[in-house]
Amino acid sequence: MSPRILVAMSGGVDSSVAAALLVEQGYDVVGATMKTFCYSGSTANSKTCCGLDGITDARRVADTLGIPHYVFDVEEDFTRDVIDDFVTEYARGRTPNPCVRCNSNTKFKDLMERGRLLGCDGIASGHYVRIEHTSGTASALYRGVDASKDQSYFLWGLPTSMLPLLHFPLGGLTKIEVRERARALGLVTAEKPESQEICFVPTGNYRDLLEKRLESSHPALESGRIVNRDGDVLGEHSGYASFTVGQRKGLGGGFGEPLYVIEIRADSREVVVGTVEEGGSQGAEIAEINWLATPPPEGSPVHVQIRYRAVAVPATVESTAATVTLAFNEPQRAVTPGQSAVFFSGERVLGGGRIERALTSSMLQSG
Amino acid sequence: MPSIYLDHAATTPIRPEVREGMIAILDGDFGNPSSAHVWGRRAAARLEDARDRVAGAIGAHRNEIYFVRGGTESDNTAILGHAEAVRRTGGSPFAVVSAIEHKAVLGAASEVGARGGRWDTLPVYADGTLDMDALDAALADGASIVSVMTVNNEVGIRLPIEAAVERTRAHGAVFHTDAVQALGKIPIDVGELPVDLLSLTGHKIYGAKGTGVLFVRTGVDVAPLIFGGGQERALRPGTEDVAGAVGMSIAVELAVQEQESESDRIRVLRDLLQSRLESGIADLRVHGDVPNRAPHILNVGIPNVDPEALLAGLDLEGIAASAGSACDSGARKASHVLEALYGPAEGVAALRLSLGHSTTEDEVIRAAEVTVNVVERIRGMGARVHSGDASVRSGEARA
Repeated sequence: MSPRILVAMSGGVDSSVAAALLVEQGYDVVGATMKTFCYSGSTANSKTCCGLDGITDARRVADTLGIPHYVFDVEEDFTRDVIDDFVTEYARGRTPNPCVRCNSNTKFKDLMERGRLLGCDGIASGHYVRIEHTSGTASALYRGVDASKDQSYFLWGLPTSMLPLLHFPLGGLTKIEVRERARALGLVTAEKPESQEICFVPTGNYRDLLEKRLESSHPALESGRIVNRDGDVLGEHSGYASFTVGQRKGLGGGFGEPLYVIEIRADSREVVVGTVEEGGSQGAEIAEINWLATPPPEGSPVHVQIRYRAVAVPATVESTAATVTLAFNEPQRAVTPGQSAVFFSGERVLGGGRIERALTSSMLQSG
Repeated sequence: MPSIYLDHAATTPIRPEVREGMIAILDGDFGNPSSAHVWGRRAAARLEDARDRVAGAIGAHRNEIYFVRGGTESDNTAILGHAEAVRRTGGSPFAVVSAIEHKAVLGAASEVGARGGRWDTLPVYADGTLDMDALDAALADGASIVSVMTVNNEVGIRLPIEAAVERTRAHGAVFHTDAVQALGKIPIDVGELPVDLLSLTGHKIYGAKGTGVLFVRTGVDVAPLIFGGGQERALRPGTEDVAGAVGMSIAVELAVQEQESESDRIRVLRDLLQSRLESGIADLRVHGDVPNRAPHILNVGIPNVDPEALLAGLDLEGIAASAGSACDSGARKASHVLEALYGPAEGVAALRLSLGHSTTEDEVIRAAEVTVNVVERIRGMGARVHSGDASVRSGEARA
């Protein structure tokens, strides 16, 4: 009997091809779509892949591949672990990574649970990452071969105990190759556009969601002052929840030189802006750490990626207690509380955490 | 692996007699019944033959049979169409339906409310009885239509519609019954049972999907929901689906002819399935286990089992079943029928196994065996999965 693999199928081209490749490799493949939130209110032309048409497409692909497919309702977990966290983080003036939360807390955990119940030997997804299982040592997670699609940034939160069971069939492929495979196999998802938006914010306007889920008088949605580092008031904003550190647009302009959000002070409802130079940080404090490899010792060099679309930059691990303190070799702009910081050694994902706060050089020294 | 089909309450395959009857129309008598030429006459004759057959099978007059496109349309036409007729005569529509109706009836009743009328539900109890006091109160409060299904689609309970019809008509209100799950399983005769409106569908009785009938007793006023030509005496305009009507009529006729013998046969199998499951799963709950019960449905509750994993697990082992109504998208959502009958039941997986023509004793024995195994595996979290073993397995073929 060949090993049975439960593959997450969102109805997009990537997970469709992931399922197809596993079938080709001779696995006993079972498809699953996780129904993550209530679709009844969404419009017909949802731009994201997880809408109801995502389920329909996933079922069609499963039929083409001749594999079973099931829909699992994880709405309760998803609402609690991802949407509630998303709202809370913005309410605190931070910028969440809901996809990281989903992968760390909901999607893979729920897949694993269902996979166990269905007698599966492994779990797979269409993420562009590679995993190596070497008997005797821990499984290792690496960046995907296609640098423009690499999704390792989103997977640092996977429980280590889960790694030995995971399969990422797309890790060695480029997106172009994946589309070619989909076309060759005649999959209905072959030409489906990329999903760009957060699945539960299909319009792209997360402020609507915050207004729905926070009380209307919440400070995050109240007007406040736009100030500079010196405390000069430069203008007004209509709620700090609409801002993220590093953002330029939406500040009204007319300040002479380009200004960026460099800090959000939730307690005073102030959005602090400054020049590129003023937005630079020497270090960062990283919380909610999860290691997928042996943690690097204090004082050792590491590469860290602080946004999805950013290259990993060299830094030094200053301390690793409950939180990790990092000193960047060069000042980094837009060190954004709430975003993930992912540690790499070359291509290998060592682990990651959530950015708690940006640190100045004086803070680093006193720490 | 061949799948054992135990989801006949969701839909049935087309029987050969129906298929042949429909193909004869599709291939030959394709004409439009409204046309004045020979093709039209032939199509019209086939359509009216079909109407006669349905009327004869259920004890109706031919003018009381309207061909519609399925059960949901039949229920909607009855409830919303009657509400509209009430409104046109200056009345105020008030639809009262049992709490365990199919969504087609609940949806139509709530739409009566949304369009400015009123609607309400009547409690049904675990012993299969309807709250007659609530019915009396609703009638006294001006209910214009009462809708109570003949047989419930999820648990197979036969509702006491005889008593409900009597009270409703005594108040001068109109009585509708959704008999979609009843025809072919219990006797249906509108000559004996004085309902005003009755809904049927083809695809639960080995007919085609998209075919249905609404029985409207002479003198009962129902306004159309859609408008166009004068087909089906303007209650359901649009060029008639003659093939569908012919298929429907054959399906209805055969269902009624075979009702007694087929019911006796599948009741024995259903009871065998139930006893096998009861002996294999100690804490099994049987839903709808009342004396007055249709023969084709077995609905059980299995505590401490994930409902989605149960259905998926059964499918993987070649057993096609459902959690309740096939129309509810997710198995995780509590069924409104089970909740109305038994209250909330956390962590209990509901499983509906529904039998039909193709069901054999061997299938039932096998299905019980597989169900017991799947339940044991889910409860034991799977003998096949050890992370150590799996890591070796997954190491064999990495991408």
